[in-house]
Amino acid sequence: MRIDAQGLHYRELNARIREAVAAGEESIELANVNGQRYIGDGVERQVRIDVHGVPGNDLGAFMDGPTVVVHGNAQDAVGNTMNGGTLVVHGDAGDVIGYGMRGGKILVRGDVGYRVGIHMKAYRAQVPVLVVGGTAADFLGEYMAGGVLVVLGLNGRQGHPLVGDYCATGMHGGMIYFRGDVDPSQTADDHVTIRPAGEDDLRQLRAYVEEYAREFGLNAKAILSHPFTTLVPSSHRPYGGKYAA
Amino acid sequence: MPQLDLDTRDALAGAEAEFAPDHTRPRADVVPLYSPPEFVWRNDTERCRRCKRCVMQCGWRALSWQDRVGADHNKCVGCHRCEAMCPEKCIVVAPNPQHYKPHALWSVTHRKNVWKQGDTGGVLLTGMGNDAPYQVIFDHLVLDACQVTNPSIDPLREPMELRTFLGRKPERVELDAGPGSALALKTRLDPNLEIATPIVFAPMSYGSISLPAQKAIAMAAAECGILWNTGEGGLHEDLRPYAHCAVVQCASGRFGVHAGYFNAGAAVEIKIGQGAKPGIGGHLPGEKVSLEVSQTRMIPVGSDALSPAPQHDIYSIEDLRQLIYAIKEATDYAKPVCVKIAAVHNVAAIASGIVRAGADIIYLDGFRGGTGAAPTVIRDHLGIPVEIAVAVVDERLRQEGIRNQASLIAAGGIRSSADMAKAIALGADAVAIGTAALLALGCTLCQKCYTGRCSWGICTQDPELTRRIDPLVGARRIANLVRAWSAELEEILGALGLNAVESLRGSKERLRGLDVDPSTLDVLGVKPAGVGA
Repeated sequence: MRIDAQGLHYRELNARIREAVAAGEESIELANVNGQRYIGDGVERQVRIDVHGVPGNDLGAFMDGPTVVVHGNAQDAVGNTMNGGTLVVHGDAGDVIGYGMRGGKILVRGDVGYRVGIHMKAYRAQVPVLVVGGTAADFLGEYMAGGVLVVLGLNGRQGHPLVGDYCATGMHGGMIYFRGDVDPSQTADDHVTIRPAGEDDLRQLRAYVEEYAREFGLNAKAILSHPFTTLVPSSHRPYGGKYAA
Repeated sequence: MPQLDLDTRDALAGAEAEFAPDHTRPRADVVPLYSPPEFVWRNDTERCRRCKRCVMQCGWRALSWQDRVGADHNKCVGCHRCEAMCPEKCIVVAPNPQHYKPHALWSVTHRKNVWKQGDTGGVLLTGMGNDAPYQVIFDHLVLDACQVTNPSIDPLREPMELRTFLGRKPERVELDAGPGSALALKTRLDPNLEIATPIVFAPMSYGSISLPAQKAIAMAAAECGILWNTGEGGLHEDLRPYAHCAVVQCASGRFGVHAGYFNAGAAVEIKIGQGAKPGIGGHLPGEKVSLEVSQTRMIPVGSDALSPAPQHDIYSIEDLRQLIYAIKEATDYAKPVCVKIAAVHNVAAIASGIVRAGADIIYLDGFRGGTGAAPTVIRDHLGIPVEIAVAVVDERLRQEGIRNQASLIAAGGIRSSADMAKAIALGADAVAIGTAALLALGCTLCQKCYTGRCSWGICTQDPELTRRIDPLVGARRIANLVRAWSAELEEILGALGLNAVESLRGSKERLRGLDVDPSTLDVLGVKPAGVGA
């Protein structure tokens, strides 16, 4: 079904989406979206939502199951604390993407902003994956507890490094992959180990990159032909030695 | 008594090697042990029937058995579990009577902390609320009573209304003519939480406290018609039957948070800060993340559960509004959203922003609020008392004409029904109790919650210890406490000539200050004793 979001307040737009989801709609197309927040928020069913226009903050927050495809740029807090499902952004996304996400996938064609992938976590079969096609800004993967973050740097801002400063502070689980080199001074190098991606890493990466390439019509082989760098936490207890009883 | 002689010390140091490393042990292997034992353990060997119960009951492994009970004074935290369980009552745990030369500036506590930091080089940890000797304002406020010119009400005869509704209230109520002569409500009301008495339980997560302890609290809440709070630890399967009276918390670690969790609870609380540790996060060490804790928090077994200091999607009031409405959208506007903050200097302005951000309830946690673990320096030196916070927030919201838009919960050092009545008179809709509920469960305030070895089975995940709490018995004790305070509140209301607790709310005229400095009284909006209406 198609919903014209022109002039609709987010509360009304989301009420209509929830109504359609409850009625068993399989596919919902949103036209003329212009900054409406919370699209897909808390939806717990497998439904496809196509967003035309620019969705507002907290797209797919707390969601568990839907596939949301944004045919353009997205704003902040995409996939906030999401539990499952897929979010695809064909342009850039803003700050705080995938905060606290526990499952599902976020694929961003372009760049992302600050505080991305903070406190991503994994639980049993739920391993969240966040793939950034371009570059990421400061605080990437802070407090990361699980899941997989991939930064490809394919179409990043010219002259910008793959990632900003303070990457992986307090990281105690999960993996971060960079297509290219990362300067240790940009990371919390006392919390993480930085190494060239090995065989096992590439095997894991291949699946994510292939899905990413398929989604955006790119050549996975060409993307994977470049050397990758892996960040893994040095300890599961980054602050264990700090306190005295 | 002189300090332990050197032989005894050496013996103690030797005995330590028998036990796995634990948090109560200074690292005597690195530097000489300077910190003396806090307590000395004695038993009357004549009366001891050698049942070894004390040895088995000590979660701190301070007691051992070799033909008789031997005590490692260094490990005793003064929790008094052994005393309470001794069938002969022949045990005495007493403060170590060693005497240091008095010094008005360098208290013994300061000296001991320096020794410990010399031992370890670490940030000192502690549990429970601020124990520093700041003035307790509640103890310097007295309530009014009716005499001659206004009649008191006898709560034994007259019905007393303690029922309280937490949530956003409308500006005005419009009515339509309903069927017949009835009137129908035209105004759409926001969701409110009905509680039978103005008490709720403070957030204490599963992980920080044991499952039987949390279950006892949840059962007591259901029985008393009030609310319990999951804290940031998720909702355990066993506690689903008590979800209807649970406030489910969303904090910076987002542990166990998903849409189903929000919709299971009666309300959702966004935790910004905690009175015992304003401005900092929390670390549940991996060794406490057992299988069940991991299932409830939805993280792997043994993983550290780190709650960052800020929620990284909230750096402003506008961001807070964004999360409040993300939760309202996820719950279809059916659940009130509460925001919990620590009481800090600028609390009135912050609270105003929180109301404007769309919160339905504000939870103000004063600097005496409890904790399972906090750096001592933070607990003892940051934040302000809840008495002041609730008074200035209530006043500010009234001045701005938005007091109806949110209810206020006061927490952090509510020790009695008197504190509750005074907090309500200062402007609170209800109070939250954490420490008091744990005391009802047997806690003795030894302040060692962070070690995870609580011998009372409250603040531990060791199954040997947690099984010491029978949730049914615990719920009975906590429900008794709530019942007793409620009955006392009725007595207070009767003496004040009131028959509904809402008539006391924000009624600062019914309070007077004794031995409080004038500027504090001014901030509280309370007159000194002796000044009439």
